[in-house]
Amino acid sequence: MSMDDIKKRKTVGPDGDTIEIDPLQDYYCSAVPSVSKEYQREIPTIIERFRNWARSESLWILAYGSGCGAIEMRPLMTPKYDAYRYGIQWRPTPRQSNVLIVSGYLSLKTLRIVIRAYEQMPSPKFVLGLGSCTINGGMYYDSYNTINRLDHYLPVDVYVAGCMPRPEALLDGFDLLKKLIKEGKGQGADLYAEKFTWYKANQKKILKTWDMPDYSW
Amino acid sequence: MSSFGSVPVKILYALLSIFIVMNIGLLLQGVTRKIYARVSKRIGIRFYQPYIDLVKNYFLRDLVSHGVMFYLGPIFRLTSGVGMILFIPLIYGSPVFSNFSFSGDAVLVLYFMFFGTLGMALGSGESGQPYSAIGVARGLAQVTAAEIPLILSFLAVFIQYQTLSISTIVGAQQGGFMHWTMITNPLATATALLAFLGSMMRSPFDVVLAPQEIPIGPPTEYHGAFLGILQTNRAIFPIAKTILYVNLFFGGAGNWFEFIIKAFLLYMWSVVVGTVFPRYRVDHSIRWFLKVPLALGLLSIIFLQIG
Repeated sequence: MSMDDIKKRKTVGPDGDTIEIDPLQDYYCSAVPSVSKEYQREIPTIIERFRNWARSESLWILAYGSGCGAIEMRPLMTPKYDAYRYGIQWRPTPRQSNVLIVSGYLSLKTLRIVIRAYEQMPSPKFVLGLGSCTINGGMYYDSYNTINRLDHYLPVDVYVAGCMPRPEALLDGFDLLKKLIKEGKGQGADLYAEKFTWYKANQKKILKTWDMPDYSW
Repeated sequence: MSSFGSVPVKILYALLSIFIVMNIGLLLQGVTRKIYARVSKRIGIRFYQPYIDLVKNYFLRDLVSHGVMFYLGPIFRLTSGVGMILFIPLIYGSPVFSNFSFSGDAVLVLYFMFFGTLGMALGSGESGQPYSAIGVARGLAQVTAAEIPLILSFLAVFIQYQTLSISTIVGAQQGGFMHWTMITNPLATATALLAFLGSMMRSPFDVVLAPQEIPIGPPTEYHGAFLGILQTNRAIFPIAKTILYVNLFFGGAGNWFEFIIKAFLLYMWSVVVGTVFPRYRVDHSIRWFLKVPLALGLLSIIFLQIG
């Protein structure tokens, strides 16, 4: 997408009449996310606990790799590690996934796409930062076009430290994520909605040309 | 239909049979995934994983709609599965589980079989996702190609028994397996079994979903409860189709145990083929249906006319 794609423009329709198109209004939903009811409750209800159990036992990952850590996700599908037996499955589309794995360094170009993918996922959604690069920049800490701290831009639930962490470490990270979700602490989506302006300001500060809608539904 | 009970009782039993079929479908899905995993030397998902996935998807909080047809797509899809269950006599001779079958039910059931595909095409077309459009185009092309031998084999059965009532066809096959259509009309059965592969969405004919090519085709934009409805249908619809085949070609089922055994074996036919063969390209799969299955289907009808 470029800046021209989201500008207001006039087009001539097939019948010869002029149509005014405002892509930000017509193609996207402009409503910002809101906090869910469950987030405001002190003690989760029994039904919510059951839902959380189902969510933790059926983690659908967005099959997307941002950096070199993506290579550590692939062995999880193979006979040696076989993450499927823990209820972890890969989905090809953000609309159907619940877990976003940011695998390694995140360049500015990729950050743009990761933000859009994250916002398209239906809540409750979880983010897993894989590798040291997502924690403090790792070996790219002084690079001119990678971000250093992922949780300034997206709410992260679990970090897996290492450069690179082995697949076992990633499985351990999933175990921790499951535990958090079962305890009702997997509330990244609500956190994102609550501090939406802060996250957006951070994102816009580092992405100099903002050529997408504020919230990509 | 017998004079069994009043309308509310009938509706209750219809709901019960949908529930039973859905559970059989979900368990078979889990077992199938397990078999696929074992073939590739993995342990595979837990056999009850489809249940958890279903529950989770129905409980997701966000729903993004792309328009009216986007809503109706999954509902049309589910209608086709449920509609088939309602009009196929599930258990032969049981007034309860024959549900709403009547003397011309075969035509209605064939209509329901095609209906879901059309609903899905309309629904996912409205989502505006390019992969959906490609998936729909592929799906409709392949369904059309696979439907020709399928209809030919069904026509052969209808001509053989001179009826359009599924119950009557099952009744004519009673009294030992030598009376089954499988023995009395092997050509039609072979055609139908080949066409069966094309409609089960497994390789070599899974060109519609095609996970590594067009992410997952038509349902790319579907999520949450929409996807939940589609998953429910994925459990019901294959069993409905399987039991239609059992009724037409394999002597029907006299009780639930026979139902489960026959449905399982027929379902496994597509699974075994799916584990062995990789995916065809679209043009290959369409050509494949228009060669051997089509010729077999024509032969089965010609033989009936001669003999």
